[in-house]
Amino acid sequence: METFQFLAQGLSVALQLDNLLFGLVGVTLGTAVGVLPGIGPALTVALLLPITFKLDPAGSLIMFAGIYYGSMYGGSTTSILLNAPGESASVVTALEGNKMARVGRGGPALATAAIGSFVAGTIATIGLALLAPWVVEFALAMGPGEYFALMVLAFATVSAAFGDSTLRGLTALFLGLTLGLVGIDLQSGQARLSFGMPDLFDGIEVTTVAVALFAVGETLFIACGGDRTQETITPVKGSLWMSREDWKRSWKPWLRGTIIGFPIGAMPAGGAEIGTFLSYATEKQLAKNPEEFGHGAIEGVAGPEAANNASAAGTLVPLLTLGLPTSATAAIMLAGFQQYGLQPGPLLFVNRPELVWGLIASLFIANIMLLVLNLPLIGLWVRVLAIPRPWLYGGILTFATLGTLGANPSLVELGMLLLFGLMGYGLRRFGYPIAPVVVGLILGPLAEQQLRRALSISQGDPMILFGSPMAVIMLSIALIATFGPLLWRLFKPEGAPSSLAGNED
Amino acid sequence: MLHRIRDSVLGVLVASTFATMAAAAPSQLSIMAPAAPGGGYDQTARSIQSVLQESKTVPNVQVTNVPGAGGAVGLAQFANNAKGDATQLIVGGYVMVGALIANKSPVTLDNVTPLARLTGESDAIVVPVNSPLKTMEDLVKALKADPGKVSWAGGSAGGVDHIAVGLIAKKVGVDPTKINYVPYSGGGEALAAILGGQVTAGISGVSEFEGQVAAGKLRLLAITGGKRLPNVNAPTLKESGVDVEVENWRMVAAAPGITAAQKADLLSTIETMVKSEGWKKILTSKNWADSYLAGDAFATYLKNQTADTTQVLKDIGVLK
Repeated sequence: METFQFLAQGLSVALQLDNLLFGLVGVTLGTAVGVLPGIGPALTVALLLPITFKLDPAGSLIMFAGIYYGSMYGGSTTSILLNAPGESASVVTALEGNKMARVGRGGPALATAAIGSFVAGTIATIGLALLAPWVVEFALAMGPGEYFALMVLAFATVSAAFGDSTLRGLTALFLGLTLGLVGIDLQSGQARLSFGMPDLFDGIEVTTVAVALFAVGETLFIACGGDRTQETITPVKGSLWMSREDWKRSWKPWLRGTIIGFPIGAMPAGGAEIGTFLSYATEKQLAKNPEEFGHGAIEGVAGPEAANNASAAGTLVPLLTLGLPTSATAAIMLAGFQQYGLQPGPLLFVNRPELVWGLIASLFIANIMLLVLNLPLIGLWVRVLAIPRPWLYGGILTFATLGTLGANPSLVELGMLLLFGLMGYGLRRFGYPIAPVVVGLILGPLAEQQLRRALSISQGDPMILFGSPMAVIMLSIALIATFGPLLWRLFKPEGAPSSLAGNED
Repeated sequence: MLHRIRDSVLGVLVASTFATMAAAAPSQLSIMAPAAPGGGYDQTARSIQSVLQESKTVPNVQVTNVPGAGGAVGLAQFANNAKGDATQLIVGGYVMVGALIANKSPVTLDNVTPLARLTGESDAIVVPVNSPLKTMEDLVKALKADPGKVSWAGGSAGGVDHIAVGLIAKKVGVDPTKINYVPYSGGGEALAAILGGQVTAGISGVSEFEGQVAAGKLRLLAITGGKRLPNVNAPTLKESGVDVEVENWRMVAAAPGITAAQKADLLSTIETMVKSEGWKKILTSKNWADSYLAGDAFATYLKNQTADTTQVLKDIGVLK
């Protein structure tokens, strides 16, 4: 097969000593920026671009890809241990991961995240190598109507993150939707809910909200003694490593997460977050013990972590085959290609095969490096939980603030961090779930844009929303996901599973 | 007298650029890119940085990023904090002009000292390769027949792409408020919609579409700049019978309240840079046209652009 021949050629490029070194630097940097809340891979790659100008293209692109993959690994660490997601794609991981960490199962949670990332990254990279042309065709067939259906599907599954009260969950979701309205409306160019403040014209940064609600809110909650029960955090209980049971419960979510994350990452308007939402909801639906969700179900860590890594590989599909950047990081990597006079697209595979296949091959190697780098670190990371609480949360607050200010040095941003931190405290204090706020903030604007775009293209004819089999299938699944449980309850009143999802914070 | 003659001879010998530079260039500069790292303003600022530093024109150049509101946030901060400081520069451009007008920003380019226009990027108008529209004339015909049926994918509402479509409509006698412009948040997303056949036509920077045009997936109907591009096989709008010229230009400005002498020094530093080999290399690698225009000529241009853009934004309904 031609592909394997190319891949072997690519491996010989990627295994050159200097390229290995670039890969190692990339994954290490990536892991670090993933761990630090607020600083993301896009910013890191952008800052490195001018420095790498003089390096050879293969080496620096390999390094950038390493940063991208590494940050997806690193993002889970603070989510799980500190309930402070470093990236919006690891918000969902915090839901179950942090619950596990609190009862001494931080080790297995980090391990399933790392191995899941490895499995997903490897499978998705194979997908990138073998299926790219077909995946791209599928992704391009997605018009605004289909995207809207996907958003509806994502909304229908949000309830999985609601906790025990639908009313409170919906309240939190609508809070997020409202925050999503802030800023200049893309379709009309008019500013909404920004009260004449230019700083709000670009909308509210998802990362700032996520870091504020989770990390700052949690810190305030603990500092205010809201946690009067004096819950003790056990750093390690039982094995640091995954048990046989953990493996059994993890491998299917890994694969499902990959299958969900990869195509959504490849969609020009998909993004890593939506895959994690869908994966979490799927795992909760399919789990043997759904009542464990909200109390530290390992499936809820394994699935979403696999999904966000698979989507990182998915993002490279349209980037390499079409020159389409579908995420902030991909957009900056595109600028990286262009600074070497390379135009990603159908011709890149023909003109510079050694570069493309070298990059793909180095992704496999980056994955292995990340696994080797991350597994031994787990023992070190869980010790973080043994730090006395005042110090630990003081540190979290410092890093959250530094990260946010590092990404955007502005007083308004800092003010928002504190304001949303207070909001996060309020939500916790009165038992409202946090994740739906972030979900609403991410999904709301996307859904609105796609709906209005679709209606603009069809000149107001709503049938465009049901215009393709793909859209109809997704809308049907959304319908079943929303009303299925309700009907189930109606017909089986005595056997109705009571929602046991706990107070999520 | 002899002294002066010797000096001027030397000046000619050493090439005028070197002489002016040695006399005037500051030892350090700080350039604000009023956008996040990676975007057009950031790349412009960092290109200026690398050329000035590598040619040793200015030994120490720093770039800071202040993103927000199409450059308005950075501009406001710059106008307030840099007053009278000749070591600070800000990068801006056409997108900023439009954003300042559309958002009715209290701080405008009148609050800084514009120095020179540096680069220009032409927009390209494309259709999917299987589209029945073969030329710009076909597209204009379709637009005249039913403006609502021709959907255009491009960048943000009120941005350069949107303005260009509005101008085209107006010039060919179509009501600009009737155009069906579908804004996308980035060139990539718009490109996907065009390739996927979701829209009739697409409009964005030439470099965004280059790869797809070369690969035969998109047909390039026209470019919006005033002159044909060396590596691009497409007529200008004017050659296609539409009297419109739009370029996404970028500029550099100095702080408000600097002296005339300081302004002259900065202008000569910029001129040295624009004429250097390093700058030319960057223009080629990034596909930017050299649209250098400095001093008073640029100030007049800026005034006209602001007036024209205000009118267009009203025409397309972004400015109410």
